[in-house]
Amino acid sequence: MGIPRYKLKRYVISNTIAWIAGIVWLIPFLGVLMASVRPYDQIVGGWWHLHPFTLTIKNYIDAFNHPMFPIGVGLRNSLIIAVPGAIIPLIVASLAAYAFARYSFPVKNYLFAFIILLMALPQQMTVVPLYFLLRNMHLLNTFRGLILVHSAWGLAWITFFMRNYFSMLPTDVEEAARIDGASDVKIFYKIVLPMALPGLISAAILQFTWVWSDFFLALVFLQDPSKYVATQRLPLLRGQYYVNWGVLTAASILVMIVPLLVYALFQKYYISGMIGWSTEK
Amino acid sequence: MRRPRSLIPLFFLLPALILLVPFVIYPVLKTIYLSFFLEGKFVGLANYKHVLLSSDIINLDRFPTKSPPWGSLINNVIFIAIHLPSTIFLGLGLALLLKREEVKGSSLIKSIIFLGMVIPMIVGGLITRFLFEKGAGVVPSILGALGIKSLDITWTAFPQTALFAVILGSIWIWTGFSMLMYSAGLASIPRDYYEAALIDGASRFQIFRNVTWPLLKPITIVVVAMTLLWDLKIFDVVYVATGGGPGGASMVLALQMWDYFARELNYNYAAVVAVLLTTLTLIPAMWLIRRRE
Repeated sequence: MGIPRYKLKRYVISNTIAWIAGIVWLIPFLGVLMASVRPYDQIVGGWWHLHPFTLTIKNYIDAFNHPMFPIGVGLRNSLIIAVPGAIIPLIVASLAAYAFARYSFPVKNYLFAFIILLMALPQQMTVVPLYFLLRNMHLLNTFRGLILVHSAWGLAWITFFMRNYFSMLPTDVEEAARIDGASDVKIFYKIVLPMALPGLISAAILQFTWVWSDFFLALVFLQDPSKYVATQRLPLLRGQYYVNWGVLTAASILVMIVPLLVYALFQKYYISGMIGWSTEK
Repeated sequence: MRRPRSLIPLFFLLPALILLVPFVIYPVLKTIYLSFFLEGKFVGLANYKHVLLSSDIINLDRFPTKSPPWGSLINNVIFIAIHLPSTIFLGLGLALLLKREEVKGSSLIKSIIFLGMVIPMIVGGLITRFLFEKGAGVVPSILGALGIKSLDITWTAFPQTALFAVILGSIWIWTGFSMLMYSAGLASIPRDYYEAALIDGASRFQIFRNVTWPLLKPITIVVVAMTLLWDLKIFDVVYVATGGGPGGASMVLALQMWDYFARELNYNYAAVVAVLLTTLTLIPAMWLIRRRE
């Protein structure tokens, strides 16, 4: 053989450990998939038993036709909330991030440290007063109310992320436009925003998937079952007399397919968003 | 930096302030305020005394000699003590392993491990529950087949195992984060450093200790801080996997706050738990802020 012995050994060991890790991490997903496409009596004793093996879409149909919490309505509600819940904070936070990246003003450093503090803040710290505030504004139990709360929550991390992004962009084009007499606002949306497009995409898809995946804020602010979002319906599908894993796993797949698709389609932006959000350039 | 005295920065900041003041800053201050009141009357630190000394938070009658519930603060600490080192070392180990040229399909393996970070946490919690269910779940069945009958049970239904099921599920969910961060960190270390060390006759372990690990320190700080924040705020996974039970055996602070708020309708005790939780998150948060200076 052409490969030296010590290299072969290393090759085998590395690949074995790596693939065992990959399989261990994949098994839970495989179980969910198997449970969702097979009848209950074939999974209650272990989905890894392949005899008998019956393929069915009944679990998915049951999840859609659930008498109390149909998952389809939840998916629609999640989408209605997650799209504006990503766009609004993206616009507002980009403006703020530009102020941090390009201007100096009093208390700037304190204000930016405050933004980082807000990124660490637990949602539990705001929900009691917010509940009464939204109730007084007649926004409790409305999509608009939850969108506003999500928009406010997204501001801190998007501001942090976009400030880092703007700081990395070269400023010479902006300076040239300024000399030509362009206003600050015009420079921002004609020059800076187009240059920052990859960063904006990263922020938008991450914020979208986080709003989609949110459970706690929806739990607090949406109490009318017809308004429940998809994540909120999931724990309620478990069944009355036994845990109906078929319906639960089918609904799980429907709920997670959206963030998974976003990840698959925008992998590059997703990863650079994750890294750029938590570190500083 | 230009035009320092102009009002233009304020114009850019104004929309953010309009959203932040009513929906974040005011509620934070109001929560602190609420924590000092009970049934509309100012009670000073009495709520703190009551909540912190209650067996919900720290149960010293049972911890550590008797079986859980041990209290939500102790559960959070146990959670961190296991989850933080596990995910850091697993993530670092996987990043080092998957960086090796001889590993085939390393980017596919990375994507699989990272999926836990992509799916909603409520789904992650549900999968955790499924994994540890007797009969239908993989973990009890494997342990049963290995002859460990005492763990061939529904982990989430027993006080001795409920918290550990949640922790193990959370390791599955969160390892992708540290793996991703360390992979990015490793990719940024120039190859010459390793080549120079090899020429000097350094062993693999010496290279790791004296080159790789020190250069990864900034990454480690971020990963530790972010993991601490995630661990302290853990809610969805526990809510759906165990509901904090049985009998509070896997209760954590974030869920305890929800319990006081939504089940007992005691907004003041809920506020106390929220303030306690926020105070704990300040430790990693200040760490991240000071790193900037």
